[in-house]
Amino acid sequence: MAKATNTEIIDLLGERFGEQLFDVTEPYGLLTFSTTKDKLITVLSFLKENGKFNFNFLTDLTAVHYPETNQIAVVYHLHSMVSGIRVRLKVFLHENDPTIATASTLWNSANWMERETYDFFGVRFEGHPDLRRILNMDDLGVFPMLKQYPLEDPNRVDKKDEYFGR
Amino acid sequence: MKHNQPIYTDNDPQNELVTLNLGPTHPATHGVFQNVLQLDGERIVSGVSTIGYIHRAFEKIAEHRPFYQITPLTDRLNYCSSPINNMGWHMTVEKLLNIQIPKRVDYLRVIIMELARISDHIICNTIIAQDTGATTTFLYLFQFREHIYEIYEEVCGARLTTNVGRIGGLERDFNEIAFAKINKFLKEFPIALREFESLLNRNRIFIDRTAGVAEVTQETALSFGWTGPLLRATGVDYDVRVSEPYSSYQDFDFEIPVGTSGDIYDRYLVRNEEMWQSVRIIEQAMEKLKSEPKGIFHADVPEFYLPGKEEVYNNMEALIYHFKIVMGEIDAPKAEVYHAVEGGNGELGFYLINDGGRTPYRLHFRRPSFINYSMFAKMSEGMLLSDAIINMSSMNIIAGELDA
Repeated sequence: MAKATNTEIIDLLGERFGEQLFDVTEPYGLLTFSTTKDKLITVLSFLKENGKFNFNFLTDLTAVHYPETNQIAVVYHLHSMVSGIRVRLKVFLHENDPTIATASTLWNSANWMERETYDFFGVRFEGHPDLRRILNMDDLGVFPMLKQYPLEDPNRVDKKDEYFGR
Repeated sequence: MKHNQPIYTDNDPQNELVTLNLGPTHPATHGVFQNVLQLDGERIVSGVSTIGYIHRAFEKIAEHRPFYQITPLTDRLNYCSSPINNMGWHMTVEKLLNIQIPKRVDYLRVIIMELARISDHIICNTIIAQDTGATTTFLYLFQFREHIYEIYEEVCGARLTTNVGRIGGLERDFNEIAFAKINKFLKEFPIALREFESLLNRNRIFIDRTAGVAEVTQETALSFGWTGPLLRATGVDYDVRVSEPYSSYQDFDFEIPVGTSGDIYDRYLVRNEEMWQSVRIIEQAMEKLKSEPKGIFHADVPEFYLPGKEEVYNNMEALIYHFKIVMGEIDAPKAEVYHAVEGGNGELGFYLINDGGRTPYRLHFRRPSFINYSMFAKMSEGMLLSDAIINMSSMNIIAGELDA
């Protein structure tokens, strides 16, 4: 089957969701767009179940913390193996209330990936069957991938950006 | 903070079920991870997987390291095929920086990656055989992993955590001894692999233990995010090398073996056939190298590729570039990139967000072992304990990749 193009997907999604999808970009050819957390499951299930592209594979689920804007972005990479194309979907949440609906209702693989995201970023996936830490110890108390937690000895200066003119 | 904990011991004399802690340091798990199983006789009723015993916070560390210092971290993901991880990382950065790699470098990389795939599959398949009781096959084929490590040694000086290659190419050309060792390997390995197959493929005991055990449908496998030989054993012909060719894989003529039922025997056969295909790819790459100009082992990108020591001492530009690269001062575009390679266990993805600083803003590894393994506890339900153990071997769970 011929590879689908990003334009075809943009057209299809624009027709269905209109303004509910925004920030559409194509970095390195990978179609990227954002949606709101209320619409997430509708968008994901539309992508998964529409007959034309069939994004039936959840490649990756992770999060990114942006302390400047007080946001945590949950990032989904979907793959349509039949039409050989990927999309990236982002949902920006406020860091004080990082809750979002679980995708484990659509893909079983989301189960552990959401546990990992919860473990590192504290994103609470509502409706997740077993949301507990997966890699860190249970009584860690913090969500270590958030940017406010430093990695090493804070007195160490040889790795700080300001000493390199940035 | 209260999380629901698995039950570790159960002393209730009225209970007919037995709680068994399989792992974290059980010889049959071949790695550090735990399964708490409820057994009814020899049959597993339910299981809870606990992982994270060798979690080393690589994603956090990577946020504090310049690009070239992240390569040694990727070594320690799937340490049975480190070169694939290394190359996958280099290619991610090269994609970010839009570096065009010369064909010869692509072919050299393909050789080292396919050797890594063979060594990964040797481990998995011999261990399936070992866990079914066939020690001979294990010892017989395992020596070729040693020969592959000897080739790594010639190429980069290391054996297990190879740190091979650099952003923009390889750190040095393959020497004559390396080529001689590869040729020797190509001559000897097929003979041993054929013998390995004739010991197991039609072996009644082996088939009884593996065929029809832990069958997985395509739908289940896709839903659980399986990739690699496990997914192909169910009959889905997905391979990153074909669907999104990287490192000039489109120049090679090879086949993607698929199974039908997704059981352990199919997984074994798929991995075996992939070793044959890898040998084929290496042979083609050796042939293609003959028509490529000699001596090219990196792209001409002085801003990103570390110059040789001699250059640094005698050439001002080289000194400047050396300083900038070592201090992590290379100018990389502010962008995000996802790059996937076909690792030994499946799609190994790198999701890199760069904000223009010295280090990645965020780096996430899509680790196939982690995602493949999430199904283990569920699929063990109703299985015999001894079958679950071979099932685990056939999933080739590498603790380093599981925990990152």
